[in-house]
Amino acid sequence: MNKHLLILGAGTAGTMMANHLRKRLSKSEWRITIVDRSEKHLYQPGLLFLPFGIYEESDIIRPTRDFLPDNVEFIQAEIDAITPDTHSVTLKEGSTLTYDVLIIATGCHTAPEETQGMLGPKWRDNIHDFYTLDGARALRDKLANWPGGKLVMHVNEMPIKCPVAPLEFIFLADDFLREKNMRDKVSITYVTPLSGAFTKPKAAKKLGHLLTDKGIELVTEFAVEHVDQEQNRLVCYDGREVPYDLLVTIPTNMGDAVIQRSGLGDDLNFIPTHKNTLQSLKYPDVFVLGDATNVPTSKAGSVAHFESETLADNVLLHIEGKPLKAEFDGHANCFIESGDGKALLIDFNYEIEPHEGGFPFSFGPMSLLDESRINHWGKLAFRHIYWNILLKALPMPGISRQKKMPAEV
Amino acid sequence: MKKNIAGTEVDVNEEGYLTDMTQWNEAIAATIAVEEGIPTLTDKHKQVLEYLRQQQSAGVALTIRSMGKSNVVTVKELYDLFPGGPLKKSSKIAGIPKPVGCI
Repeated sequence: MNKHLLILGAGTAGTMMANHLRKRLSKSEWRITIVDRSEKHLYQPGLLFLPFGIYEESDIIRPTRDFLPDNVEFIQAEIDAITPDTHSVTLKEGSTLTYDVLIIATGCHTAPEETQGMLGPKWRDNIHDFYTLDGARALRDKLANWPGGKLVMHVNEMPIKCPVAPLEFIFLADDFLREKNMRDKVSITYVTPLSGAFTKPKAAKKLGHLLTDKGIELVTEFAVEHVDQEQNRLVCYDGREVPYDLLVTIPTNMGDAVIQRSGLGDDLNFIPTHKNTLQSLKYPDVFVLGDATNVPTSKAGSVAHFESETLADNVLLHIEGKPLKAEFDGHANCFIESGDGKALLIDFNYEIEPHEGGFPFSFGPMSLLDESRINHWGKLAFRHIYWNILLKALPMPGISRQKKMPAEV
Repeated sequence: MKKNIAGTEVDVNEEGYLTDMTQWNEAIAATIAVEEGIPTLTDKHKQVLEYLRQQQSAGVALTIRSMGKSNVVTVKELYDLFPGGPLKKSSKIAGIPKPVGCI
C-alpha cells in the first residue's frame, strides 16, 4: 500500500468519487482518504422544501460515513491549505497529508458578506436565505407566522448553485400562500441580475407564461448596490429600488475559503479546470469536480454525478500514464418544481439548451421542458435515488454521462 | 440566421446577437448601439466593448461583478453607459453572446 488518493470534500461529488475509485483502484496498492469539516451529509436539494414544511430536517441529513465504502479513511477536519507543489494538504489541527493524486470537491457556499448591508440586524429577521440549513430553518419559522406583504425573491449574482432553485421557491411559495388562503395578501417579485427569468430562447418561449399566470412581477438586470435595512429595500447601482417586507435572497456564491488561502481559484474562488477532462489547468495530479470548478455549466448534483463517471475513468488513465478522455460535455439534468403538484424537467449541456422531448428515453416516461405530475413524482422519488444509488455510484439505467441528442436541435 | 448590419452580412441568433464574434467590426457595433438606444459610442463605451471581447475570447463568464472589478468601468458607470440593460446591451453591441442562466 504505497500510493495515496486524497479527496477533499465529502459532499455529493467527493462521496461519489470515493465510491467509484474504491471499486476500481487496487486495495493493495492504493489508500484512499476523504476529508470534510462535517460528519453529516446534507441532501441540498431538500433545502428548497424545508421552509414550506414539505420535508423535515430528518429527511435531508444522514451520517457521512454511511455513504463511504469500507477501506476509505474519513477524516473530519478543517483544511488549512492545499500545496500542489509539494503534493501536500495541511489540516487546521496541524497535521499534513501527502498525496499522489488529489481530487478537490470542496463545493461552494453563500457569501452574504459580499453585499453591502445584507448582514445586519435584520438578517434572519426579514432577510432570509434557504441555501443553508440554518437559513432554511429560520425561513420556515418566519413563513409559519408571516402576515403577508411584499415577498421578494432575489438573486444577487451568477453563478449560483442550482440556478433554478429561486424560481422553484417562488412557485412553491405561490402554492403555499394559496393553501393558507393568503395569496391575495402577498405580492411576489422576482429580482434577477440577468435579462430575464428565462434567458434561453426555447425555455423562454415555453415557460415565460408561468410568471404571469401566477401573478409574479419580474425585475431584471438588477445588480444590488446595497440592501437598505432601515427602509427595507434593495437599491440597484442605477438608482432603482425594490421594497420588501420579506426578502428571500440567494447571496453571492463562492468556492471554499481554502481555495483562496491556497491561491488556487479565480476571484470567486472557483478553480480553473479543463471543462472536458476535469483536470486542473495548472497541476496534472490535481482533479476537480462539482461546484468547486469554474466549468461553464450549472452547479448542480446532476452535473457532479455525470462528471464523476468521466473523472473516475480519467484518474485511472492518468495513473496509467495514458491520455485523458476529453468527454465531459457539461451535461446537467434538473427537476424544476412549478407548483400545484407539477414539475418540469430540463436536460442540457455546454452546447445544447434545454429542449422538449422524452426522458430518459425518447418515449418518456418523463417529459422535458413541460409541466407534468410524473416529473413532480420523479423529483420526490429522487431523494431516495440520491441516498441509495447516486451517492454510492451505482449504475442508473437509461441515464448516460453524456447528453443524448434531442430529436431536433 | 443571416442579417445585414452596416453593409456586412453576419450570422445572428433569434435575438439579434452575433453568433460569430470574429464577424464584428466597429461599424456593426455603432449600428446595433443605435438600435439599443445609444446614439453615439464614446471612447468609454469602446473600452468596455474591447474588455468584453477580450474576456469572451479568454472564455471568462461575463457578470456585472466581474465588469465592476475590471478597472475599466465601475458598475455605476456601466449602468450609465448602457441604460436599462448593462449586460444584454453591452454584450449585443460587443458582438458576443448574452450572459444567460441555465434556462
